[in-house]
Amino acid sequence: MGFDVLLKGSNMLRLLTGLWVALRISLISALISIVLGVALGSLMSLKKPVITVISRIYLEFIRIMPQMVLLFLVYFGTTKALGINMSAETASVIVFSLWGTAEMSDLVRGALGGIPKIQYESSFSLGLTTFQTYFYIIIPQIIRRMLPLSINLITRMIKTTSLVMMIGIVEVLKVGQQIIEANRKSSPNAAFGIYATVFFMYFIVCYVISMLSKHLEKKWKS
Amino acid sequence: MEEILKISGLTKSYGDLVVLDHIDLSVKKGEVVVLVGTSGCGKSTFLRCINALEKIQDGKVLLDGEVINPAGGKLNTVRERVGMVFQSYDLFPHKTVLQNMILAPVKVKKVSKKEAEKEALALLDRVGLLTKKDSYPHQLSGGQKQRVAIVRALMMHPEILLLDEITAALDPEMVREVLDVVVSLAKEGRTMLIVTHELSFARAVADRMIFIDGGKIVEEGAPEDFFNHPQTERLKKFLDSFTY
Amino acid sequence: MDAEVLISYFPLYTKAFVLTVKIGLIGIGIAFVIGIAAAFFSYFKVPLFSQLSKVYVELFRNTPLLVQLFFIYFGLPKIGIRISAEVCGAVGLGLLGGSYMAEGFRSGLEAVAGSQTESALALGMTRGQMFFNVIFPEAFSLSVPAIVANVIFLLKETSVFSAISLMDLMFTAKDLIGLYYNTTEALFLLVIFYTLMLLPVSILGNLIEKKVRYKMFGA
Repeated sequence: MGFDVLLKGSNMLRLLTGLWVALRISLISALISIVLGVALGSLMSLKKPVITVISRIYLEFIRIMPQMVLLFLVYFGTTKALGINMSAETASVIVFSLWGTAEMSDLVRGALGGIPKIQYESSFSLGLTTFQTYFYIIIPQIIRRMLPLSINLITRMIKTTSLVMMIGIVEVLKVGQQIIEANRKSSPNAAFGIYATVFFMYFIVCYVISMLSKHLEKKWKS
Repeated sequence: MEEILKISGLTKSYGDLVVLDHIDLSVKKGEVVVLVGTSGCGKSTFLRCINALEKIQDGKVLLDGEVINPAGGKLNTVRERVGMVFQSYDLFPHKTVLQNMILAPVKVKKVSKKEAEKEALALLDRVGLLTKKDSYPHQLSGGQKQRVAIVRALMMHPEILLLDEITAALDPEMVREVLDVVVSLAKEGRTMLIVTHELSFARAVADRMIFIDGGKIVEEGAPEDFFNHPQTERLKKFLDSFTY
Repeated sequence: MDAEVLISYFPLYTKAFVLTVKIGLIGIGIAFVIGIAAAFFSYFKVPLFSQLSKVYVELFRNTPLLVQLFFIYFGLPKIGIRISAEVCGAVGLGLLGGSYMAEGFRSGLEAVAGSQTESALALGMTRGQMFFNVIFPEAFSLSVPAIVANVIFLLKETSVFSAISLMDLMFTAKDLIGLYYNTTEALFLLVIFYTLMLLPVSILGNLIEKKVRYKMFGA
């Protein structure tokens, strides 16, 4: 069924290296998204009209545009419009960060709005300063609400990184394709084994991470 | 007895709407004052003004001769001397009962953790919740949460305790357990300013009753006179609304 | 941007748009059917089927559509299962969507109170009647926000169809960029057509969500 190809030469290692390329892009983008998303989300909860309008348009555009279209816009569009020749990997990180920041900021805004006013007041009543209130009371609660959702975002990002092969990045799926091509004669059925393997690689990574998020959610349920 | 809280000419308004209109009130040490009035009469706002959770437009609030001025600095030192318990259970959901209680003493008063824990356990024991010390708020009933909120406020050794309709959100069978705690605090001589709708409780615990209507103190007096011989028409009407 | 180029590309995009929407809708239809079935099995804990649907949901929720399509389109023929690109697109989207829909319905079902079950059974309904007449409609309205999000997600996912040589919007754009280098026009039309496809769904979704919410809280 074509699983034998995996054992030939360094094929398995090549696939794993490809997987790492995909994971690296998603982890870097997730990190950027969390930082920028917290900043934008906090800005949005200030409810300033200008920020609200701009962020609404940005969020809605990202919400309805497929990541694939965004990839094309940034990768081909910027080269054409700005004359910048950016690497496919840079373009991917930009696109995933734009997407992640939008999602993250919405989560942060929701989490901030979801902390009842009484939490601030009862903290003040006990004599805590504004800084202490945020540090001990508000931020820990926001982190608890957001962590499972952020982890969820990371798994979605990992799944979406499979798209970057379409702009020429050699990640796990592309490596799989190359292996199948190279072994066309000796193992004509490699496509089944290789793609099944890639399928399970993604599954294992995402399943483990989503279990972690479920575990945290259960643990912190209140 | 010495006067601990003195309020003079306190005025609070939202735009043109005057909620509290030049209120004067003084509370002596160890006195239990109960405020009643129709909903929306401004009694909860009054408590919030005393604790500087609301800005006031006129007048002043003095605690032990020191001005509480919402516009000025140094608010926190005053707030830690005023304890407040709210209607909604305001425990911090990410902290256990014990952590809820020791947070402010350790962070604000810099009491050692060990000492704070010792005191917290003693207080929990007193309100019958020692076994719940490591529970999280969502594992407690409403009545239990409110008892924790009261002892959490006591941890700061407040000179005066403000209770804002602390039983209003509770199921009837839980009201009793919370009010019992308040009665025992009154007996040991705590100074308290209480807003409540539980008139029989008010009667049992109050040294002095105050009726607020339309943002003003309409009538005040000892519970006996207040309930049996109301002087004003408005208080009569208010008390009548509670009888069937 | 060249207006003439835009006009000349327009028919190509329209054709691709129709194809994308068609396969997208068929896929979403399949997703609903699979999702309801999987939710039904797990709600009644039907032996074997409930375990199978759990495995299915986890497998497809935790893998990318592109990888699923590659496996179905290039991998399965090697063991004798051959399907056209169009069928593959619809089935792939349906399988992916089914796993998401199942999760959405499951949480809706969990939220419907147990007393509803009892009162339906007390009225003499069979368990099947109860599920389809009482429990599911209620759970469905609770699941609306999740369903709306899933539909938008699935319509966006159609953008990977080009990888299995379906002549969808992405394929058309990529083709035109490669052939004529009119990148700006090609990308502009791509954004316009995806906006045409998804903005109405997004707006409609928000409206439905609001309506359901009002209904739930009786306001």
